[in-house]
Amino acid sequence: MTKRYLLGNEAIAHAAMEASADFASGYPGTPSSDVIDILRVQEERPLYVEWSVNEKVAFENALAAAWCGLRSLVTMKHVGMNVAADPLMTSAYTGVNGGFVIMCADDPYAHSSQNEQDTRCYARFSHLPCLDPATVQEAHDMVIDAFALSEELGLPVIFRPTTRICHSRSDVSIGEPGTGTRKGEFPRDPRRFVLIPGHARPLHKALNEKLPRVTRVIAGRNYNRFEKRGRDAVVAGGIGVTYVEEILPEAVSFGRIGAYPVDWEALGAFVSGHRRILVIEEGEPVLEELVRQVAAGIPVSGKIDGTVPSEGELSLASVRAILAAQGYIPKPSGAPPVPVPDVPMRPPIMCAGCMHRPTFYAMKKVWRDAVYPSDIGCYTLGLQLGVVDTTICMGSAPSLASGIHHAGDPREVVATIGDSTFLHSGIPGLLNAVYNGAEMTLVILDNRTTAMTGHQPNPVSGMTAAGEVKAPVSLEAICRACGVSFAETVSPYDLASTIEVMKAAKAQKGVKVVIAKQPCVITARRAGVRRGAYAVERDACTVCGACIRFGCPAIGMVEERAAINELCSGCGVCAQICPSGAIGPEARERKEGQA
Amino acid sequence: MTGSFDLLIVGVGGQGVILAASVIGEACLIEGREVKAAETHGMAQRGGSVECHVRIDGRYGPLIPPGGADLLVAFELIEALRYRHFLKPGGTLVANRLVQVPTSVYMQKLEVPTEEKILAGLADLGPCVLDADRKAVEAGSPLTQNMVMVGAGSLRLPLGAESLGEAIRRSVPKKTIDMNLRAFQLGREAAGGCR
Repeated sequence: MTKRYLLGNEAIAHAAMEASADFASGYPGTPSSDVIDILRVQEERPLYVEWSVNEKVAFENALAAAWCGLRSLVTMKHVGMNVAADPLMTSAYTGVNGGFVIMCADDPYAHSSQNEQDTRCYARFSHLPCLDPATVQEAHDMVIDAFALSEELGLPVIFRPTTRICHSRSDVSIGEPGTGTRKGEFPRDPRRFVLIPGHARPLHKALNEKLPRVTRVIAGRNYNRFEKRGRDAVVAGGIGVTYVEEILPEAVSFGRIGAYPVDWEALGAFVSGHRRILVIEEGEPVLEELVRQVAAGIPVSGKIDGTVPSEGELSLASVRAILAAQGYIPKPSGAPPVPVPDVPMRPPIMCAGCMHRPTFYAMKKVWRDAVYPSDIGCYTLGLQLGVVDTTICMGSAPSLASGIHHAGDPREVVATIGDSTFLHSGIPGLLNAVYNGAEMTLVILDNRTTAMTGHQPNPVSGMTAAGEVKAPVSLEAICRACGVSFAETVSPYDLASTIEVMKAAKAQKGVKVVIAKQPCVITARRAGVRRGAYAVERDACTVCGACIRFGCPAIGMVEERAAINELCSGCGVCAQICPSGAIGPEARERKEGQA
Repeated sequence: MTGSFDLLIVGVGGQGVILAASVIGEACLIEGREVKAAETHGMAQRGGSVECHVRIDGRYGPLIPPGGADLLVAFELIEALRYRHFLKPGGTLVANRLVQVPTSVYMQKLEVPTEEKILAGLADLGPCVLDADRKAVEAGSPLTQNMVMVGAGSLRLPLGAESLGEAIRRSVPKKTIDMNLRAFQLGREAAGGCR
């Protein structure tokens, strides 16, 4: 055992190595992405690592490996589970041979997500065990145990850390990575792996018959602990446990829940005899409903009666306020500290030199009054530029676009989607739109990487997760195979050409695709691409505001004139939009005759 | 209440806030102390506001409540203003003399905040304000401003300068160790002049 200072996701990745995992796949999604990224670059344990094209594909790959006897890990964010839900539900019927851990990271408060769904509901839905860590150390220890638990029960195990676990750091005791690797072999067994109705029915029965044992085994794991200390009780789950532990008086009983299913008898025995019970948890009132079922008339407060907020994440501050309001701890003296009003917001913004900005700019020039369905990625920040009308789930832009067209909206429909999101689940929507005769334009924002989540490679990047060089897939070829006849590629740094191609698309009937292709400015810089910076010629600036409205963080105002700061990456687009020609390469570059 | 020393480090995406917080956590480990910290990832990295909570001797959750921080280290003055309510009464602010105006201020034609105005809004805290960018250039690279700020904050931290130095050695790229240690020292000296 050694102590290290680790990010939650580092601890989780290391635990998978300690547990001798042989196979790991996933699709990037904050806050889960670091785990696969760490596993693919580490040199402590050889294992198969894959960034898959979506969560369903990642899940099925890892499930197959677990069927074949390997210890296998799949990672995703909470909404990724919606994509993987189809194989999830039936994997509970087939079970697994090697340990199979499904890491599904929840994001209470939706720090970087479109919703706040609670993966514990999927655990109940699928009848699979779910481990819900309170600390980084517990997350580490749980992952190791999750593989063992999965093998002991013959079932996939869901591991559900939240943002505040994945992206917290802590001193963590870790062990040595496992040595020795396994080779998988598919155990042919049609009654188990071919889910025709005649096989599914007995498998469903077998799963249900397994459940009492699942509960017993979990109860024996010490993740759920109960201490009777007084007449009032608090029951907490997940990271809520730590907030409660920090401030709960000695004389209040405390139940901490870290694993599901919870043993009703143990929970009932703990709850009985108390005057009242308060349940503290993030997400859905999963734990609270269990407590209410065994409370036998004892008053229970939590989310259902509005004592605990039903949205957002918990914090020490919010749990302290709840406990004080309920009289578990003394009310604080004095007013709570409030933020200084009117401090200017600092929302995340597309980088200086980001290829999305000129693409959006060109779209606005060509389609002034269109409907703009969009998707999930850095380009969702195009909201600030007025060119993102929808963002609901991965891959939705092409199908929302065709739906809006078929609904009869008279405006043109111009959708945007990133390369990784298009490959994830945008292709079926495009194929469907073409086949069903939609009128729309799809702009694929192709920056050659999965940028938002930390630049994970995807099939257009030309490299696998393991670093193997591959021929990148052709987005144009995919679009043409879907039946698109107008599929043109442009560089958005060349504004005039981009506008020209978009105009040509606008003039055509049917489903048109414009692929705006330019490597992400961050990956380009890391790869050594250097472009000279641009500058504003002060005397030529008429303060018309065109460059300011462009919204590049490298452009601001200095002494009443536009000015370019050190963030400039030299994309040169602002020089193309300045109507007075006041922007050009910095003098140094000009002398060298380089743009 | 729990005996932890709670430090909040704030700044703008790209300033190296997360690495600075990580150095302090590593120093805790070197001293054999518990530590819990929380970071901003994802969306906030795109030039957004970044906050790192570090609870030295922390045994419970990683989040510091408003009114709970012993020390606020701000890499930028607007961010100092945004997070000052996290300081407990009598808590200390160490800030970089830098105003990085959000692009949205220009786009929405809001009033551009000035250094004087922001400092006036922080004056009651008796802040220690230093020019970290200048010190960083002096150390060898503007990129070392985060270590200047760690140095500046270090005088108020319950951690030894030796442990922090060792933590820097472990956390930064090998070629930049000397430069970063120099930045740390310059920050420490600059803040030594405060109060």
